Amino acid sequence: MLLEVSHIFKSYPDLPVLHDVSLEAGPGEILCLLGPSGCGKSTLLRIIAGLETPDSGTVAFAGQDLASVPAHLRNFGLMFQDYALFPHRNVAENVAFGPRMRDWSRAETDARVREMLALVGLSGYETRSVTELSGGEQQRVALARSLAPDPRLLMLDEPLGALDRSLREQLMNDLRDILKGVGVTTLYVTHDQEEAFALADRVLIMQARLDQGEGGRVVQEGPPEAVYRHPATAYVARFLGFRNLFDGAVVEVNPGPPPRYVVDTPLGRLDVYDAVGAYAVGQRAAVLIRPEAADALPAGSAGQNNTLAGRLLSSSFRGSYFLVQTEHIGGVLTCEVPVTEADLPSPGQPLVLHLNPDAITLLEG
Amino acid sequence: MSRTRRLENLLYIIPLGFLGLFFFYPLAAVVWEAFAPAGRLDLSPLFSLWREPYFRQALWFTLWQATLSTVLTLAVGMPAAYVVARYRFPGKSLLLALTTIPFVMPAIVVAAAFTALLGPRGWINSRLMSLFGLDAAPIRLQHTIWLILLVHVFYNTAVVVRLVGSFWANLDPSLPEAARVLGGSRFRAFREVTWPLLRPAVVSAGLLIFLFCFTSFAIIMILGGPRFATLEVEIYRQAVILFRLPQAAAISLAQMAITFVFMVLYTRVQARAAVTLNLRSSKETEQRPSGALQKALVIATIAGLVLFLATPLLALLSRSLAPGDPLRYYRELFVNRTGSIFYVPPAAAIRNSLFFASVTVVLASFIGATTAYLLARREDRWSRLLDPLVLLPLGTSAVTLGFGYILALGLPGFDLRRSWLLVPIAHTLVAFPFVVRAVLPGLRGLNPEWREAAAVLGASPWEVWREVEMPIVWRALLVGAVFAFTTSMGEFGATLFVARPELPTMPIVIFRLLGQPGPLNYGQALAMSTLLMLVCAAGFLLIERFRVGSLGEF
Repeated sequence: MLLEVSHIFKSYPDLPVLHDVSLEAGPGEILCLLGPSGCGKSTLLRIIAGLETPDSGTVAFAGQDLASVPAHLRNFGLMFQDYALFPHRNVAENVAFGPRMRDWSRAETDARVREMLALVGLSGYETRSVTELSGGEQQRVALARSLAPDPRLLMLDEPLGALDRSLREQLMNDLRDILKGVGVTTLYVTHDQEEAFALADRVLIMQARLDQGEGGRVVQEGPPEAVYRHPATAYVARFLGFRNLFDGAVVEVNPGPPPRYVVDTPLGRLDVYDAVGAYAVGQRAAVLIRPEAADALPAGSAGQNNTLAGRLLSSSFRGSYFLVQTEHIGGVLTCEVPVTEADLPSPGQPLVLHLNPDAITLLEG
Repeated sequence: MSRTRRLENLLYIIPLGFLGLFFFYPLAAVVWEAFAPAGRLDLSPLFSLWREPYFRQALWFTLWQATLSTVLTLAVGMPAAYVVARYRFPGKSLLLALTTIPFVMPAIVVAAAFTALLGPRGWINSRLMSLFGLDAAPIRLQHTIWLILLVHVFYNTAVVVRLVGSFWANLDPSLPEAARVLGGSRFRAFREVTWPLLRPAVVSAGLLIFLFCFTSFAIIMILGGPRFATLEVEIYRQAVILFRLPQAAAISLAQMAITFVFMVLYTRVQARAAVTLNLRSSKETEQRPSGALQKALVIATIAGLVLFLATPLLALLSRSLAPGDPLRYYRELFVNRTGSIFYVPPAAAIRNSLFFASVTVVLASFIGATTAYLLARREDRWSRLLDPLVLLPLGTSAVTLGFGYILALGLPGFDLRRSWLLVPIAHTLVAFPFVVRAVLPGLRGLNPEWREAAAVLGASPWEVWREVEMPIVWRALLVGAVFAFTTSMGEFGATLFVARPELPTMPIVIFRLLGQPGPLNYGQALAMSTLLMLVCAAGFLLIERFRVGSLGEF
């Protein structure tokens, strides 16, 4: 592992920021720190960059402890949320800054500037003033600037946060290609789950428990698909946007493999086929019903497992499905139901849903 | 703590050491002299001070002339501030610049200018004498209180126009309008809505003007003559002319105490005035004058201000040109007439002043930039200590400082009192706070992320300063340097104490020439004053050209 961050604690007077955070990154990996504002992810970047010191814990790169190495000697790259481009220098001078500070020759620097600008798609912008650039252009210059001195590790702090939606989509794709093309180990910080999943090899979800006096900590780590399929806790599930979360108690275990459970929930007894880890009878767990789990059945259907009779609250057309809110005994479900308009009753009328057990999972509460 | 931080901590030695050695130590010497003259604790000079008539007279005079000056300045300045705040008219920025020129003129130049305008040999008197065929000067304001008051108003109107005017411009005009709609008359709207909002700025300006007039020295010395003495003048008289050091020290102590009280008052009021209350930008609130009455008001104010502020300086220039042979007095400066009290031609003072000013610029820029750097970059207890300390020299009377220097800095084997160095040191003490005030906003306006980005990209702290901070800040540094230069050129109170007789500065030569009888000496004084005025005006134009944003508050 190239980057090793171990047991970082950091707090300011009256404000805990980081609580026992550890992570590792291998060469060429893109790691994404995902979490809401205030969970300390930007502070963690700054600590790794050397702009702040942790209260305890170590940051090591290629086996070397960086505690005594000041920021300007670490050879890392950091791209700021609002770019921090030098206003009194033009585009080429901004990009050339890093190589100049590292005493590259004039010829090497010029060549590198051209190469970087071509990489981010801004060839020919050398003499432009940075204050006249658009948001997207500034972001690209900032990226070129941080990559120019060939850093051992690149850190990006919410780089797409200030851009509008269409620009973000476009840059998200370009960014992963550029980073993988260059092959630099990358730490990417964001609060946007979509960005994280589009860019990362591995995602780390952070949560701060300020009411308990604790700063941010990593609550789940893994490839984006694994995290999405199996959020570790209800917090992670809610952060990822899942809404159908219920308390449950396991009543039956079929060890399988794969293990299958029957769980008692406020909505009734449900078959749950998609759980990770082992749960015992009587164990309490959170039940996550994915939005794609539901199918609409003709009114009056009953009998099978996982069939819930309810009342339609609202429905909204989304193209390939309807976003349907239904009220059942025990709770409200929000599901993406693939029906046509003809099959849906009007709001207030009864509606029966069948929930596919492969799309229901168990998590820690 | 990282190594760079530890090295940075050493930088604190520069401003704190300088202040400690050249400000606190001399002041302590004055206090010591007041409490323990001749080495023994002896409170009798201090206690007997109150009984001495000269002290009571000086104290009383200082207080009431400062109060009256303040009231008159406010009376003259408030209408002008109103016009400047409310109306937009062509040439407004030029007018604002004009109002500040008197303030950057050295007191000695202003004093000379008013003798040139209103003195017995002044412009107005000569015109009236030739017009009406009189033998004696009809207007005899020399050595009267009226001239002193007039000059104080001249000097300080800028403070009212700028301070109150800019605050007034930022007040929301819809507030008094709301009062009018609710049924109040114009006067009541002003009294009950505008005035309470404006009061902190007015009081703040008033206190500042009071402090300036309280510590006024050159003007009283030159225009007041032997009859009038403020505390400052008394300190000088007791120390240098009568050589009664304990008494001089006792007066210094009393003066320090009073100025301290007023400075504390000022900072309190200033904080209140700085509270933003739905302030609008001045561009929003100003309107073009409409209607004959408003236009007449604007024109009258502009004309009055221009007349009031420009004529003394123009008179100075015109009277420095001898009839028949305009440059005669200027040429005389370079000649050493026998019987002159100098052993060198007066023009040597020009060379001395320029030399001292250059040294001051170097010292003040160095100390000032270091201080600004520390105040901008560091948020620890040392910088919090440094912040108010930097302003202290500005609030201390130059005379007291000079007095302290001759008391304190004569250590055996290291007698600075004999050294010419003392002059630029004294000037630096007064000048470096201006450098700090010029540079600090520039540094604070720097986005800290630029520094961090540069550091991560590989710039050492020195390179960060060179690549990021310096290019952005050099203009502010230039403004500070010019401030230091003009301050040094015009400094009078402290220089009077510490300058060696064979190395006079321009203000000292002007002072001595004004004290000599005869038209030749008087003409030379005016010529030298004009030169000094031109140098300071040029410096001022440079400052206006390069400064970013407002001139900053006092």
